Order: sequence, then C-alpha cells, then structure tokens
Amino acid sequence: MDTPMTAESPPGVRNPAQADVTPILALDKISKVFPGVKALADVELRLFPGTVTALVGENGAGKSTVVKILTGIYQPDGGQILLDGEPVRFATAQAAAQAGVTAIHQETVLFDELSVAENIFLGHAPRTRFGLIDRRAMYTRAGEILESIGAEFDPGLRLRDLGIAKKHLVAIARALSVDARVVIMDEPTAALSHKEIQELYELVEKLKAQGKAILFISHKFDEIFRIADRYTVYRDGQFIGEGAIADVGEGDLVQMMVGRLVDQIFPKRERMGGTEILRVVGYDHPTEFADISFTLHRGEILGFYGLVGAGRSEVMQALFGITKPSKGAVRIDDKVRVIRSPADAVREGIVYVPEDRGRQGAITALPIFQNVTLPSLGRTSRKGFLRLAEEFRLARDYTSRLDLRAASLDTELATLSGGNQQKVVIAKWLATKPKVIILDEPTKGIDIGSKAAVHEFMAELAAAGLAVIMVSSEIPEILGMSDRVIVMREGRIVDTLEGDAMTPENLVRRAAGIAEEGAP
Amino acid sequence: MILRWLALRETILFGAILVLLGVIYTRFPAFVAPNNLIRVFNDTSPLILLAIGQMIVILTRCIDLSVAANLALTGMVVAMLNVAMPELPIAVILLVAVCLGAMLGMVNGILVWQLQIPPIVVTLGTMTIFRGLIFVISDGRWVNSHQMSAAFKAFPRSTILGLPMLSWFAILAVILFIVVMNRTTLGRAFYAVGGNPHAATYTGLNVGRTQFWAFTISGALAGLTGYLWVSRFGVAYVDIAGGFELDVVAACVIGGVAIVGGVGTVTGALLGALFLGVIKNALPVVNISPFWQMAISGAAIIIAVGFNARSGRDKGRIILKRAEAVAPT
Repeated sequence: MDTPMTAESPPGVRNPAQADVTPILALDKISKVFPGVKALADVELRLFPGTVTALVGENGAGKSTVVKILTGIYQPDGGQILLDGEPVRFATAQAAAQAGVTAIHQETVLFDELSVAENIFLGHAPRTRFGLIDRRAMYTRAGEILESIGAEFDPGLRLRDLGIAKKHLVAIARALSVDARVVIMDEPTAALSHKEIQELYELVEKLKAQGKAILFISHKFDEIFRIADRYTVYRDGQFIGEGAIADVGEGDLVQMMVGRLVDQIFPKRERMGGTEILRVVGYDHPTEFADISFTLHRGEILGFYGLVGAGRSEVMQALFGITKPSKGAVRIDDKVRVIRSPADAVREGIVYVPEDRGRQGAITALPIFQNVTLPSLGRTSRKGFLRLAEEFRLARDYTSRLDLRAASLDTELATLSGGNQQKVVIAKWLATKPKVIILDEPTKGIDIGSKAAVHEFMAELAAAGLAVIMVSSEIPEILGMSDRVIVMREGRIVDTLEGDAMTPENLVRRAAGIAEEGAP
Repeated sequence: MILRWLALRETILFGAILVLLGVIYTRFPAFVAPNNLIRVFNDTSPLILLAIGQMIVILTRCIDLSVAANLALTGMVVAMLNVAMPELPIAVILLVAVCLGAMLGMVNGILVWQLQIPPIVVTLGTMTIFRGLIFVISDGRWVNSHQMSAAFKAFPRSTILGLPMLSWFAILAVILFIVVMNRTTLGRAFYAVGGNPHAATYTGLNVGRTQFWAFTISGALAGLTGYLWVSRFGVAYVDIAGGFELDVVAACVIGGVAIVGGVGTVTGALLGALFLGVIKNALPVVNISPFWQMAISGAAIIIAVGFNARSGRDKGRIILKRAEAVAPT
C-alpha cells in the first residue's frame, strides 16, 4: 500500500493532536468478504470524541460496508471492533445502538404517517409501569431533543407534513435519542439546500461540543474541508491513509482516492455559434416558477444553476410536458409549439434525462433493444404494428455508437451492469434524434471516473450540433461545462452569466440573492 | 425476444401439466382420451378468455376484480335481448356482448386513469355495482333455457373440425393477443408501463391511457365470455360465475404473470388456465373429496407463486440476501 502509515504504530500516534486520546470506536484490520468480492481488506478507522472524521473514497471503496459493520448489520470476517479500546462484537443493530453507535443514512428511514415524536422513539419509546407507551414522556423528551439541536417544531406533527430538511433533523434527533456517542452521517447534505447545509454544519458543531465522535461520509470536497477535523481514505476496499485535514490539500485527497493524478477533469470545447433552436417566452406556473424566458442554440451547453428548490427541475418538467405552465410559449426553430405531454416533447425533438435514471429511465424487465426503441416506436412501426427488424437495426446502431458490450440486444436489461444500463438509457434518447437534450443533475452521486465520461459525452453531443441544457448544483461542473449559465432563485431567473462573469463567487451570490440585498 | 426468455418458465409449466396428466392416467386412463381432453379444454375456455384479459391488466400494475360480474351482467343483457328479440342474428348478439363488456371495462379504466383511484378499489366497487345492475334489470328473475332461442343456445356448441365454437374463441383469442402483445405498439406499451411507469412516462407513454386500454380489453373479453357462458349453460341469473374472478387471477399467477406488473405472456396465462382446468376436472373423477379439491387447488397456486418468486429474483441479489441473513438480527 502506498501509505506511509503502518499498522504497527499504535492508534492515535498518526495524529499528533490526538496522541493521548483513545478513540471511542476503532476498526482494527477489519475484513469483509462477499461471494466473489473482497469488500474490505484489513481496513482501519479511528473515531475520536469531539472530532469529525471524514471517510473519503470513490463509489465501491467500501464506505457503505464499513457503515454496516459499525452499525451491526454486517459481521466482519476478520479483525476487530474496539469500543474504548476494548474488543466488542455488534451482533445485531440493537447491540450497536446500545453501545451508542447510530447512523443517519443516505435515504433516511422514517415513517411518513407517524408523528415526529413517534419517529424519534420508534422501538425504544418510554414506557409506563403497565408496559404501555408513555406518550406524555415521549413528547416531552422529543421536544427536548429537538430543542437541543435547534429544531423548533412541534413533535406532534405528522412527518409527511415536514420538508426534507426537517425530516433530516428528525433523523438526527432519533440518532440522539439513544444517547449516541458515535454519529455516522452518510451523505447528509445530498438533498439539502445551501441554507439547510449551513444549519447542518452548526448542528455538527454542537454535536462536537458535546464530545460525540462523528463519521462524515461525503462526495463534496468543499464540505469535507469545511467541517471535518480528520480524514480517512479508502480505495477498492483498502485502507489508504488518514490524518488531520489541516495537513492535506484537495489534490492530495483526490490522488489518494483515485490513485492517479486527476489534473484535467473537464473536456476542452470550442464554443460554437449555432443558430437558435429553442426560445421560451414568459413561462409561468401558479406555484413553482414565474416569468421564465431564455434561448438555446445549436451546439450550446446551457447550464442551469440554483439552490435545491429554486425551480430548475420544475421548469424542465414543464418544458417536457410533465407539468403544465399556466402561461407562456415555446418556440422551436422559430415556430410556436404546444407541448402538452412528454409524447409531444419527444415528437418536437426535446428529450429529458431525469435525475433518477435508475427509477425513471430503465425498464429492466424488457430486453435491451426494446428499451432503446421505446420512444422511437413511431418510426419503427407501421399502423401500430411493430417492425422488429427495424427495431434491431436502430438499437444496434445506437448501442454500438456508445460502445455497449452485451452478448445480445435480446437479453433483459436487468442482466447488464449499472454503467451499461445507463448507456442503454442514453442510446434510447439519442435514437429519437433529439434537437434538445435536457440533463438533470447528470453526475449526481456517481464516482469521479464516471463523471469524466459523462462530461466527455456531453461535449460530444454539443459538438455534434445538439443543444444541451444541464441542470446541476455542482459549481465546478456548471463552470467547467457550460457556455452560458442561467441562475435561478425562488422560481425566477435572476441572471444569465457568460464569459468572464462565470465565476464561483458570482454564481453563489446570485443564487443566494446576496448581490440584491447588498445593493442600495 | 420475449418468447425466448420466458420459454423456460413456460416449458416447466407445460411439463407440470403433462406430469399431472400422467399421474391422472395411472388412476383413471379415460381422462386422457382425446375426446375427454377436448372436453376439458372446452370447459376451460372461459377461464382462458378471461385470463388473457386479466394478464394484460396485471401487466400494467392493475387488477380487474370485476370480470366475473361483467360476464354475468353482459350475459344477462344478451339473454334478455334474445328473449325480447328472438330473431336477432348471433353476429349482432356477439357484437353487443363485446361492446357492452368493453364499455363496462372502460368504466373501470376511466376511474383508474382520470380519477386515479386504486384499481383494486375501483373494480371491487364496479364488481358489486355490476351484480346489482343484473338484479335491477332482471328483477332477480332467471332467464331459463326454454326462454332462449335455439340458435342462441346452439352457437357455442356448434363444432368446426371437431372443436366446439367456445374452444375456437379461446384459440382465436390466444392467437390474436399473442400478436397484439408481441407485434403492436400497444402491446409494447403494456409491458413498458408495467415494467417501470416512471420510465414509461418520461418516454412519452401515457400510463393512465395504457391502463385504460388494458381494462377495455379485459372488459371486452369478459363480455364475449358472458354470452358464451350464458348460452352454453342455458341460464342467466344474478350469481352466475360468482367468485370466478379469483380463478382468473389464480390462472394468471400460476402462468407466471408477475403480480407487481411488467412480466407475463399470453402463453403463460393460457397454460395457467389449463393447469387449473385440468386439476378442477380431474380431481372429481379420481375420487378426491371436494374438501381436498379446494385445498389442492389452493396449494397449487401458492406453489406456483413461490416458484415464480424464486426464479424471478436475480441471482446476484440472492447471494447478497444470504450474506445478510448470516448476520442475526
């Protein structure tokens, strides 16, 4: 392994600041084998009181497996878990919880139909002496916990009536209700807006001040450097290194993660001066957005930036015919077009690759070729009857362009890997010969290598004359890929940035509305 | 092609039917005589017709519990029509039955599509309404064999090439819907909508409208079967085919139609219906008590579903599930 640290040196010595502190929880040479895969090989992890440790690694590095071992869902095949320096076994999730280890998961497991307090205390509610749930004690304690994390809402509310950020607070309150000493946060900011993330940071500071050890798993470097004290890097199930955040730079971390130098992430593109293909004029929606007007040109990548909830996806869904704007017009190639349904949009040459490609893109029970031809059946059928030879030709044409490796186009999509399924979804849209392709958060939650491939592909699409709209919340991606950036805030377009004006500061200020507040 | 990857499951079911016939042969050889097999097929034809429609509905993630009530209502309407106008040609009767059945199916479809009421609720409701309507139009009276015209009763029994007309309808429906499901855009839409409704929406398919057509087809087949049933048995009353919808759903499930939608074939529905048909016809002749007959039918359903659930799971997931199961919880 290319790390200077060896397993012989005692825990803690690696980080001088922590030299005399025993970690609350440590993993010592933990291994986990699944049939055919070694998920973890002798990995280390040390979590100290009052310290935020960031666990960093690409997808498949073993982060999720470690979380499951820490919370008693998986049993390690080798090595030991040390609690206050003593070896322990977490035979069940309950055992881990009793030892004070709790996790707030990526997709928080909460119950919409129960109240906030019931969610917090599900499984360990205070009891009366008759063994029934003591509702009064439960609501009082829930209120106390919520207050301690600065969440001032009624524990009697039904969970479904809360927004996503408040649900997160409930999940955190649930973690704290069992006297947690170790709090694991698995991508806690993925679904939060900028402001909500700031609040989460404050909460993490509070937890730190209470002496809790925090394991923070994130793909976002800015927040790792903002919040973490220490880092631990895994790669392909192996322990690569650890240390104090203050001692490393972003480049060092990236290099440890990927094991190769990543200097040029975004493909270089020539900006093309294409003709106008799409013009949206005065789009209004009663609740989601207002006064949306913009133009799009052939060969252009137009970025849409804004905080989560700024209305970007809603505008795209209206453009694609899923929701209906109350007012406004769309001109395609300078002709007014009415788009009432996704079918209309596809016919007009607009396609939309939604954020959640797995759920909204692939039909895994159908063969590959049928997935590819689904939106193009109008062209491959005659009077409602399918022409299978045409379908095969179309599917073969577009899957080979994307270098898809599959035994036969006749096999079920379910048999392909995730990456290949994505290729099929993309082939499906290209086969409709679109004029405009809308990509909603195209690289969200995927690893660095795949991101580069997606960016490369977007550049190729634009170079081939397609007009691309990219909705993204990642500033480097928006700035690296877009020719122009439209910034939205609270359902309105606040600015369109071009050329030298496309700076991170400008984006953040416009999206947060800081410039306006600062103006006289 | 779909036919190929489902071939294995259907071959197994076909094999199971053959084994079943073999076992029956050892106890009662006459059961497998060609004439008797034709009789069993003819007897199972209504189940086959309804199972095809139900298969399409289940494919789109819905369920149609109103098929038997639709059959009974349409049967009563055409029987009363025949009594009122004995001279009406059978072709017109057939047309009325199919159209009325389709309209009743459309009612289900509209409620599911436009009002987004869960299909099980919609069809549970219309099931009761249809039965109630029979009572309203007939005043609870029966239409008996002697009131029906000779042509009306003779049609399903008339034979072509040694097969009764009822059987021919089942065969034609199987062929027609194999073509519809595999070779038309509508058939493809059924699979896509059931396989992943979100993806189907983003692909430009109208999920609700596709479900509407599934209910319409199911209704049309139920209406057609309504006439064939009433004329074959020579009687129409409120409760005919009571509970038959459960046999229909069972046939689909045995035939490998995934209850969560997206997976299923016409051949599967056909074989599922035949499997149930053979069991129901054979058990009485090999002297198994009626109590055991019901238990055996029920067990066959559960075994078939259990088998489908196992074979339907993809292999990688099974490995991980086992790995997870090792950890006690």
